[in-house]
Amino acid sequence: MAAGKEIRTKIKSVENTRKITKAMEMVAASKMRKAQERMRHARPYAEKIAQVAAHFSHAHSEYKHPFLAKRETTRRVGVIVVTTDKGLCGALNTNALRQTVNRMREWDAQGVGVDVCVIGNKGLGFMQRLGANVLSQVTALGDTPHMERLIGPVQVMLQAFESGKIDALYLVYSRFVNTMKQETRLQQVLPLTDEAALDQVEKHWDYIYEPDAKKVVDALMTRYVEALIYSAVAENMACEQSARMVAMKAASDNAKDVIGELKLVYNKTRQAAITKELSEIVAGAAAV
Amino acid sequence: MVMTVHVDIVSAEAAIYSGSVEFLIAPGEVGELGIYPYHTPLITRIKPGSLRLKPADQDEEILIYVSGGILEVQPGTITVLSDTAIRGADLDEARILEAKRSAEEAMKNRESEMDYARAQAELAEAVAQLQALNKLRGTRH
Repeated sequence: MAAGKEIRTKIKSVENTRKITKAMEMVAASKMRKAQERMRHARPYAEKIAQVAAHFSHAHSEYKHPFLAKRETTRRVGVIVVTTDKGLCGALNTNALRQTVNRMREWDAQGVGVDVCVIGNKGLGFMQRLGANVLSQVTALGDTPHMERLIGPVQVMLQAFESGKIDALYLVYSRFVNTMKQETRLQQVLPLTDEAALDQVEKHWDYIYEPDAKKVVDALMTRYVEALIYSAVAENMACEQSARMVAMKAASDNAKDVIGELKLVYNKTRQAAITKELSEIVAGAAAV
Repeated sequence: MVMTVHVDIVSAEAAIYSGSVEFLIAPGEVGELGIYPYHTPLITRIKPGSLRLKPADQDEEILIYVSGGILEVQPGTITVLSDTAIRGADLDEARILEAKRSAEEAMKNRESEMDYARAQAELAEAVAQLQALNKLRGTRH
């Protein structure tokens, strides 16, 4: 029964695959909970620093920070792309990169150059193949985002903005909606578009700055941007784990279906073989 | 009734403290700051050190260690944005150089020109594959 044996090995191999995907699903599920928790922990800081930045934009300060000043022409832009380090997480990276590339192409058509900062291995590999101008990168972040690792690459972009090398800075990442749903976000980081300033209250007051306005505001603005990036990375990690969990669940279910079908075929051939053998015996007995 | 002011102490990785206090003492960059309710708006950097605060509902003062950050004072609220990473001009400089170096290394074997069309096609193909898989799964059940 050659066919029978082949099918048996095939079943065995699909079963092994299923064991792996099942295990990955469970690992992703437990990591997802932690990643979501970290994402929630990052929120209060981001909210508070946004509040402080909004207060600052209301205050009538004598010092205007370069991050707040809108530039008249845009000749070159910077993009920070947040992706995952590992694959097997569905369409998460593909969607983020697709949106980035579409946008980059639009800029290219307008004659605007693009500099890229990549967070995550998947994005880096892609940008390399694309031949984009990568200014800075960070990969292998692990399961916990650390501010320390992100400061360097982000600072490179901030310096490029301050020196006038780029005129705007954008951020692309996956926003966590719920376990089943993640959406790609493309958001302008610099110059700061303060939505909070829209409902401007006309009050003439200013902070007391210690030691002086420039130092404090510089520190505040840098941290504000870093906090934005940090929370984007934290969200992206939560997205990664939940997308992986869903993808692996789909793979396990699929493997189960395949096994079912193969078993059916296997049993059918076995039955056919037995029937054939029986009829041969019966025919043989009748001949005698 | 003692006057109180609301304090929020947060870092990027966790919310550290939130509540009403009678006063707060912080290690400001130019010296210790004692802040009572209805303080005039103030914003300053703080040095690594301990924040001392007295919660309204407790007799004991509490100490919270922060590794630097920013302190913002509004008449009714105090916000402490604590750093998680240790900062410093030279440290940041080193991080910048490291990030640049690794990017340059990664770009060494880059292909000559940007090819958006090919990249878009590549991604479109990946999306199509995923959609086809989904459809396949949809029809089987």
